[in-house]
Amino acid sequence: MQSSIVAMILAGGQGTRLGVLTDDIAKPAVPFGGKYRIIDFALSNCVNSGIYKVGVLTQYKPHKLNSHIGIGRPWDLDRKGGGVTILQPYTYESGNAWFKGTADAIYENLDYLDQMNPKYVLLLSGDHIYGMDYMDMLTFHISKHAKASCACMNVPLNETYRFGIMVTDISKKIIEFQEKPEHAKSTLASLGIYIFNWEYLRELLVEDAAKEDSSHDFGKDIIPKIVEDKEALYAFEYEGYWRDVGTIHSYWEANLELIQAIPQLNLYNSSWRFYTRTQEMPPAFFGPDSVSTNSLVSEGCEINGVLDRSILFQGVEVGSGSIIKDSILLTGAKIGENVEITNSIISENTVIKNNVRIGVGEYAENEESQKIYNSPISIVGYNAIIPENAIIGKNCVIHSGVTPESTDNWEIASGKVVK
Amino acid sequence: MKVLGLIFAGGRGENLGLLTTKRASAALPVAGKYRMIDFTLSNMVASNIRRVGVLTQYSPRSLIDHLGSGKEWDLDRKHGGLTLLQPYMAINNKYWYRGTGDAIHQNMTFLRRSDEDYVLMASGDHIYTMNYSELFNYHFSKGADVTFLYKEMDESYDLTQYGQLELTEDGRITNFYEKPEEIRSNKAFLGVYFINKHLLMDLLYNTIPQSAGYDILLDVLIPNLHKLRFYGYKFDGYWRNTKKGINEYFRINQDLLDENVRNQLFYTRNTVHTKLKDLPSPKCTGTAHVKNSIVSDGCIISGRVINSVISRGVQIKAGAVVENSIIMQDTIVEEGAHVKYSVFDKECNIRTEKRLIGRKDDLLVFEKGSVV
Repeated sequence: MQSSIVAMILAGGQGTRLGVLTDDIAKPAVPFGGKYRIIDFALSNCVNSGIYKVGVLTQYKPHKLNSHIGIGRPWDLDRKGGGVTILQPYTYESGNAWFKGTADAIYENLDYLDQMNPKYVLLLSGDHIYGMDYMDMLTFHISKHAKASCACMNVPLNETYRFGIMVTDISKKIIEFQEKPEHAKSTLASLGIYIFNWEYLRELLVEDAAKEDSSHDFGKDIIPKIVEDKEALYAFEYEGYWRDVGTIHSYWEANLELIQAIPQLNLYNSSWRFYTRTQEMPPAFFGPDSVSTNSLVSEGCEINGVLDRSILFQGVEVGSGSIIKDSILLTGAKIGENVEITNSIISENTVIKNNVRIGVGEYAENEESQKIYNSPISIVGYNAIIPENAIIGKNCVIHSGVTPESTDNWEIASGKVVK
Repeated sequence: MKVLGLIFAGGRGENLGLLTTKRASAALPVAGKYRMIDFTLSNMVASNIRRVGVLTQYSPRSLIDHLGSGKEWDLDRKHGGLTLLQPYMAINNKYWYRGTGDAIHQNMTFLRRSDEDYVLMASGDHIYTMNYSELFNYHFSKGADVTFLYKEMDESYDLTQYGQLELTEDGRITNFYEKPEEIRSNKAFLGVYFINKHLLMDLLYNTIPQSAGYDILLDVLIPNLHKLRFYGYKFDGYWRNTKKGINEYFRINQDLLDENVRNQLFYTRNTVHTKLKDLPSPKCTGTAHVKNSIVSDGCIISGRVINSVISRGVQIKAGAVVENSIIMQDTIVEEGAHVKYSVFDKECNIRTEKRLIGRKDDLLVFEKGSVV
């Protein structure tokens, strides 16, 4: 059953609402949970479900993603038959082909799928964090004699406006699709996980590609078309952990959920392990004067300060006298002595010198973008250097690559931005 | 120049007692996530050695499981790569490896078939990081036949337990004393040899079949000390031999709490590779209290941990206290238990409120799977 299915992971999105976190990397490559990157979850679910033919569609700043996936070794996807294939946009005789939408991305890679010639295609997003056995969904798909299935989850009624809502009949056949509705007729939200019969999907894609007025998107064009044609599209109900960390606040929250006594996302299940490519570092060291509570502290960390409710990625150093609270420190962040960091995200390889305070004062609206930066969380970009004694308020943004010379005044009021 | 690596990993390390009843000393877990052999193997890989034979004999299951195809060391290769050399039965061979020299002699085909011209031999149970390339260069610049790695040992080592070298100013070895009762020199041999492959094969052919002795050092090489050019290359840096016993093993783990030692072993020289498990990052819960300790992936710490080394997947429950101890993989320390100066092998279970207090010079050791 598994060998007749190919997974296609859409990993080309920027994730604009993650702000500086996606400055240099696509959203699926954003670090998560101490040592993972977001795409690890979709990839691990595939191999744990016994799917060893995986195409990863990239477009936006794919370098980090490419080097992370490589030949797929950490996921046992370095295979003779199939394995992982990175599918990037390419040019051909009659022009070039940036992927115009999710459906177009698959259409442009019909050759790949034709060559694999599967019976089923599993369509996934590389943006989501969850553990799911796709074989349960395939069994459902087959038992319903469906042409297409969509994994759905019940969401609270007051959140239905954020999702694509599926209205089903008693047999779980989808009879109506509402994209981000004001008045939802159901609470079943699409999770962006689809199984198609390959022949059927191929017909749909070829037809859609010929339409000039189409936006070539699964959510906007393909799924509504199937529903309109009253074809056999079924909703597979999923219960369990699933997160789309689309905003800075939801990213921060989903990370910090992992420090609960029994987090919903089970990273410890030995028969459903999440695999990743990490740097090879020795285990974490906690210094004689360190205090760490409610925190994840990854390999290569050297802790001499105080941690509470924080997630530390690999190779983070925290100097003595420093206090880190409710924060996420990404790989290789170097925190000096007597630093106070509250409610913040510090990106990879950033250096924070002694006596810096981040996340102080009262909340203020962000001056750059209230759509992206709209929570108390201050965020420092990649490879930035924050000089000694700097004070940074709440909801501030320090862009990637900022140096002490980037501004004259290192008392950054809440909501301000340093470029 | 291509170099073939040979690692001696067949010994038990009798002095390690309960820790090596079911594994060779080369497979002993150390520093939270590593096994002893990781250090020598990673050193070889970092020194551009692309073909490595690992000689096994005593209880090799956990070692074989750990090494696998050699993937983690980039030794899963079409050309070269990792080969496990276990004792075998054949029409003309009915012996276990009778010594290190015999072990190599029985695997002469492996040497003959390899396209390398030189051989680096080392022990699988020593902890140090080093790039052997400098030793190779030294060997050629001196026109040596055999080069030994040595270290000038201070009083923290028991020199009577080491072979000692006497060197000329130029570095040529004039005398070798195997574990003498009276200290002759502070230059101790570290069990690493570099030699031309064909010379090694010659020496083995001339010695082993005569059944005069089977040790590579004492029976094969040292008798030729004055016939051939033996040189010593000095190693400066952290080096320990876990075979010396449980106290030495405990000491190594305690040494790792020192920043200098960690820097030397893990950050300033080559990367130490090991089998990856992809466990989640360790978690300290609200009641955790971790001081001066190493904590590995997959751990959940709710109790107090002081001056200890905690391996992967260990759980220390609320109210438990672990002081100056080594806790190996997947051991569970239940609520209120108190552990001090103890070494717990893998998958132990220390029950609620249990008190196990050892002394620095009299450590408590529990074998794999103990329930106390």
